[in-house]
Amino acid sequence: MSHMTQQSLTQRLANPTRFMDLSRRILPWLAGAAAALIVYALYLAFFVAPPDYQQGETVKIMFIHVPAAWLGMMGYALIAISSFGYLVFRHPLADVSAKAAAPLGAAFTFLALVTGSLWGKPMWGTYWVWDARLTSMLILLFLYLGLMALRSAIEDEALAGKLCAVLGLVGVTILPIIKFSVDWWNTLHQPASVIRMDGPTIHNDLLIPLVYSAIGFSLLFFTLHMKGMRNEILRRRLKSLTMAEVDRARTVSASAAAE
Amino acid sequence: MDLGPHAAFIWASYVIYGGVVAALILWLVWDGSRLKAKLAELEARGVSRRAQRSAAPQKDA
Repeated sequence: MSHMTQQSLTQRLANPTRFMDLSRRILPWLAGAAAALIVYALYLAFFVAPPDYQQGETVKIMFIHVPAAWLGMMGYALIAISSFGYLVFRHPLADVSAKAAAPLGAAFTFLALVTGSLWGKPMWGTYWVWDARLTSMLILLFLYLGLMALRSAIEDEALAGKLCAVLGLVGVTILPIIKFSVDWWNTLHQPASVIRMDGPTIHNDLLIPLVYSAIGFSLLFFTLHMKGMRNEILRRRLKSLTMAEVDRARTVSASAAAE
Repeated sequence: MDLGPHAAFIWASYVIYGGVVAALILWLVWDGSRLKAKLAELEARGVSRRAQRSAAPQKDA
């Protein structure tokens, strides 16, 4: 058996060069699938889905608000899994994955908060309330910003990776708090209506566009994450090449001075 | 398309959403192109990665 076949898929992907080659081939297909699904979901949202019997046309905000909230949370789960992989298995791409996921997760969390606020004003009569669900989502946004600030404050890449991985794992406790906040506390936000033990409580006419939208934006998230990982690998290569060039220039000038 | 009395809230949501997603895409594409150009510039100056050097044929052998 060759050495290649003895390696697991994770080990094979751990090689950044192999990841770059594989992701270069996958990326256009992933981006195309995401674009097609999002366009179809928008068509369903604006031309097929009926208005809600209570919320009227504002229910259209749900088709982007709910996927944004899910992706905001999924981004942090991805950071936590990557952090675990980095701290425990020393997977070379795990830190790259965690770093690439942070700005994406922050952007989708921000979008969930903004679209929720724009949905809240006509439905609740206010843009913001210090409600358990809204507040826990705001804390998630601050966690993302904290992770990005911590990483950019430390020049040593390995140290920054370790510290961010610890913070990433500690911060994951916010996810169950967000998920169950609507059950544990009295909140203005509605309880879960899609992912429930007894099945979704939304009518199929609204559920189907939402599912297409969620899948489409999830594929977009994975596309952007893969692109972000590729950029990060290129950034690290550039850094090591620049360091090597500086070292070489120093050696040349030192030997010239010695002569 | 009639989106009712709250159309402004719906359009504002979609416009902000589209703007942020477009900004993310443009930033990632721009960043990737910038990094590739810098790497190509370094490699043109003769600075190359160890993996590429070892994979290259030994011309002076």
